[in-house]
Amino acid sequence: MQEQELIPHLFRTEFSKITAVLCKLFGMENVNIAEDIAGETFLSALETWPFKGVPENPAAWLYTVAKNNAKNLVSRDQVFHHKITPVIESSSPTGYEIEIDLSAKNIADSQLQMLFAVCHPSIPAEAQIGLALRILCGFGIDEIANAFLTNKETINKRLFRAKEKLRAGMVVIEFPPENEINSRLQSVLTTLYLLFNEGYYSESQDTVLRNDFCLEAMRLTYMLIENEQTNHPDVNALFALMCFQSSRFEARKDANGEMVLYQDQDESLWNQELITKGAYYLNRASRGEMLSKYHLEANIAYWYTIKDDTKEKWENVLQLFNQLLMIGYSPIVALNRTYALSKVRGNEAAIIEAEKLDLTTNHFYFTLLGELYKDINKEKAKENLLKALHLSKKVTEKQIIQNKIDQL
Amino acid sequence: MDEYILIFRHEDGTKVASPDQLQAWMKQTMDWIGGIAAQNKFISGTGLPFDGAKVVGHNNIVTNGPFGDIKETIGGFIIVKADSVDEAVEFAKGSPVLQGDGNTVEVRKIAKRDGTH
Repeated sequence: MQEQELIPHLFRTEFSKITAVLCKLFGMENVNIAEDIAGETFLSALETWPFKGVPENPAAWLYTVAKNNAKNLVSRDQVFHHKITPVIESSSPTGYEIEIDLSAKNIADSQLQMLFAVCHPSIPAEAQIGLALRILCGFGIDEIANAFLTNKETINKRLFRAKEKLRAGMVVIEFPPENEINSRLQSVLTTLYLLFNEGYYSESQDTVLRNDFCLEAMRLTYMLIENEQTNHPDVNALFALMCFQSSRFEARKDANGEMVLYQDQDESLWNQELITKGAYYLNRASRGEMLSKYHLEANIAYWYTIKDDTKEKWENVLQLFNQLLMIGYSPIVALNRTYALSKVRGNEAAIIEAEKLDLTTNHFYFTLLGELYKDINKEKAKENLLKALHLSKKVTEKQIIQNKIDQL
Repeated sequence: MDEYILIFRHEDGTKVASPDQLQAWMKQTMDWIGGIAAQNKFISGTGLPFDGAKVVGHNNIVTNGPFGDIKETIGGFIIVKADSVDEAVEFAKGSPVLQGDGNTVEVRKIAKRDGTH
């Protein structure tokens, strides 16, 4: 890896590790201090490395500097000293000397506990995602702003409010008690699922960054698999889903960065290694009785890794969408289910069902109707696609709909 | 929006279907319910297996069944949201249970818990 790439990459992984350990030590109310120390550490690296060269073990170098920065801050800053010393003294056997444990085990434990803290049910979902991206994944404010297609001020404000919530909610950084793991895990999984989708469906032109979001969501999910207490079937199912989805990264964009629809994708670009990995974790998820929405979605995603339009594929997909809707309604699942129905029972049967859906403010609804009418009634197909074009707000989507109209 | 229960009444609970028939029937049932769920009108439901069914009668007399004196039995139900009983009836018309001659789907409004029913 080149030096220019190495530093931001290291920054992300090590930033989140250092922040998690310090935050665990200082308490959630001092999350900003933890971030500042981590940030200062990287500033030192950026000032030193270009001249002296990257040290042999960059992570160890960073840990040493972070430890010193933290110790200096504790002894220098009287206010912080008074606030933090009782906390440290109670956790450190030596009393006055602060011990910062940056061992692999403590890093992993702290990150997992931070994950549960950030995904605490008292924090709104949007805030959880922002916090996860910043604190757990180490993305910069400008990177987060880029992915959300907004500016740094908005993201800063959002993070500020989220941290206020963490403080006000008195969220403690700890592993949830045994009897709460299952319910707490649900909100963690929801956030990881949304975090992945944020990367997968982001409108941002920065493909590398979007993939990084997805990879980070996968890394955090994998952390849960590695821990015996959180290695639940639904965690494995979510990880399988992420593997299947990300197997299509390379095929989803063409040379000009334009979106390539599933049916037009070059299968040879699908990552077989990730597909195999997904199948492995889906298999592990299937042990036991549990059937979560992640199981159903991972199963659907599995069928989508088989490109051929077989009867078996679509019948299975239709049944999975039926089950998914019975667990919980969502407009996009209702539309996907109707598309699967058209593959099993033909477009005419699907049109009858589609017209009952009553999603007339949703441009995907009209895109679907346009697609279903394509070979039956070109006029109606065009009429629906024009409605979709009118309702859609994103440039890439408008382009896709326009292409469909042109092809009629 | 009110809630309605659609009760599947089978004319003869003793009829045994082949595994293939059962599987085909399950798929049709799931497609039917999926269509209702796609409209965000499905609340809950379950099948009621006939195996091991008992009837507790007057004076706590327990009989196997619901077969015997009465042949007709309940095979399951779903609860849906609907604007009117007519809409609930339209949902019921799609039920694969009705493919069996003599079977019926009973549509009943669920009592509201606010005391008005």
